[in-house]
Amino acid sequence: MNASTTMLAGGSRLTPGPRSRRRRISNVVASGLIFLAFVVAIVPLVFLVVYVVQRGMEVFGWAFLTENPPFSERLDGGGMAPAVVGTLLITGAAALMSIPLGVLGGIYLNEYGGKNPLARLIRFLAEVMTGVPSIVMGIFIYTLVVLNTKELNGLAGALALACLMLPIVIRTTDQMLTLVPRELREGSQALGSRRVRTIRTVVLPSAAPGIVSGALLAVARAAGETAPLLFVIGITSEPNTSLTNGPNTALSVQIFFNATRPFAPAQDRAWGAALTLILIVFVVTILARLVTAFFARRQPA
Amino acid sequence: MAVIAPPREQEPRVPPPGLGQGRRPPGIITDRLFKWVALASGLLVLVILGLIAVTMTREAWPWFSAEGLNVFSTTWDPAKGEFGAGAMIYGTFLVGIIALLIAVPVSIGIALFVTEVSPRPFRKPIVYTVDLLAAIPSVVYGLWALAVLTQPLADLYSNISSATSGIPILDTLFAEPSPTGLSFMTAGIIVAIMIVPIITSITREVYATTPASLKEAAFGLGATRWEMIRGSVFPHSRGGVVSAVMIGLGRAIGETIAVALLIGSSQRVSAHILGPGDSLASIIANQFNEATGEQRSALIGMGVVLFALTVVVGVLARSVVARFDRRTGATL
Repeated sequence: MNASTTMLAGGSRLTPGPRSRRRRISNVVASGLIFLAFVVAIVPLVFLVVYVVQRGMEVFGWAFLTENPPFSERLDGGGMAPAVVGTLLITGAAALMSIPLGVLGGIYLNEYGGKNPLARLIRFLAEVMTGVPSIVMGIFIYTLVVLNTKELNGLAGALALACLMLPIVIRTTDQMLTLVPRELREGSQALGSRRVRTIRTVVLPSAAPGIVSGALLAVARAAGETAPLLFVIGITSEPNTSLTNGPNTALSVQIFFNATRPFAPAQDRAWGAALTLILIVFVVTILARLVTAFFARRQPA
Repeated sequence: MAVIAPPREQEPRVPPPGLGQGRRPPGIITDRLFKWVALASGLLVLVILGLIAVTMTREAWPWFSAEGLNVFSTTWDPAKGEFGAGAMIYGTFLVGIIALLIAVPVSIGIALFVTEVSPRPFRKPIVYTVDLLAAIPSVVYGLWALAVLTQPLADLYSNISSATSGIPILDTLFAEPSPTGLSFMTAGIIVAIMIVPIITSITREVYATTPASLKEAAFGLGATRWEMIRGSVFPHSRGGVVSAVMIGLGRAIGETIAVALLIGSSQRVSAHILGPGDSLASIIANQFNEATGEQRSALIGMGVVLFALTVVVGVLARSVVARFDRRTGATL
């Protein structure tokens, strides 16, 4: 009936009937749909990135990164210097707070807690905390910090981002430490090292690439967040390099504010800010991948 | 000190013999101090979650006590001092469900593509590309959709609406399309794009745990690839996929900025999914900075409701994973 299939079946008498054809067709259709799913996800990614680059390049440049916005949002030109400074400062401060604490927490979970009830509870809650929406962290810091200090500043924003990053760093560290072979720890202890020394000189170095890459991904996510900053950092039109003194701003917040403004120059600046933000986030994300790739090749686990 | 990385906490360590009973062996102070510092950092998670619940509930209390059970009413009217969260809770779930209906099939498709269909060398690059979707900030999705998608979608909505008028159910569902394109549907579509990476990555890991023996058995019986997937991969990973969907739902209901830009900010319960609405997270983002008094308290209260919802969804997801773990020994 169908020459090519009979050939494939090695000339056997298994003549493909209508049932077999239906099975083949459904296999092809399903494979096609599976491939289509991948295309459907990639299309928006490509369109979005291309569009942001196109619109962003109209205003992007050194001046855009270093100049203040003009005094009226209807005016062309000017830049996003205050937001660039704010994003780097606030994200940096959040990283400095959450990464050391998160790594310590992860060390507790894997090196001391293991499977005891407390460690299980913390692990469980860290997972729940990863799912807490970022806007809740914003309101939380507003009620806990801003209402008490009566001040809008970069530090409050950094605290909100740190709350968001902490559970991610704890979980990554915990998972990466489980991958360190037990023999390494035993070898170190057999040589007479105490726990801390073993952790510092043997366990952490071998888990470092994974932890660094996980921490960088958390930084990338935090840098793009808008909701936690919306109510706690205020707004400024001049770069503010102080975390505690006076209000600050960030690229994400500027995009949100300018996106719905009816003035073309304000929207152009929103696109410029979007391009800047995507560049920052992608560079950090790619850095994270490079760390993983580089070390995976150097020390095959 | 015989066992390292013990499965259980050890008894207090006895100093090794020969170091003298009276003196503490060198380094033991650092050792203990470090353990306590590490423990304190771990406990921070507990402390923060507790503080979130306590401080936010305290600030929202004026709303809870003033409105009583009316907090769930569907009227949100600051001018009249009526602050009900009902419409926003409805909108949050509607957007979440729309997003899941789109994102789950796509994510399952990508996960199957990566684990079963695509040639091996392409797998890592595909995973990285899909993960890039997660790297794009929510606000950029919102800005892009606002500029590029809303107008074409508005045209499409009005066509769908006129095409389905007269058909029962559908003509209610698709009635009164938003002329600006800002709607439950638009917000749902964008949220779907944003949750695809998380659902994909969990589903992919679950599918990858399907034992090779099961797959080979299916192929050995003469199954096509699709039959093998249906007979071996799907039944094996049902629990894991359910929890991936739950985690996706958790993300979807917490999505703020893109939804705030796209949902249309109309506080109402409406079956017209092509019309505007509002969600818990987006009303907070849009109104908090201008709100005072009971309105501000109500918005904080909506944060409490949102927090509670995501915790419940997260705990449910986690318990499904735990059952899945026990059954198959797979880890997520």
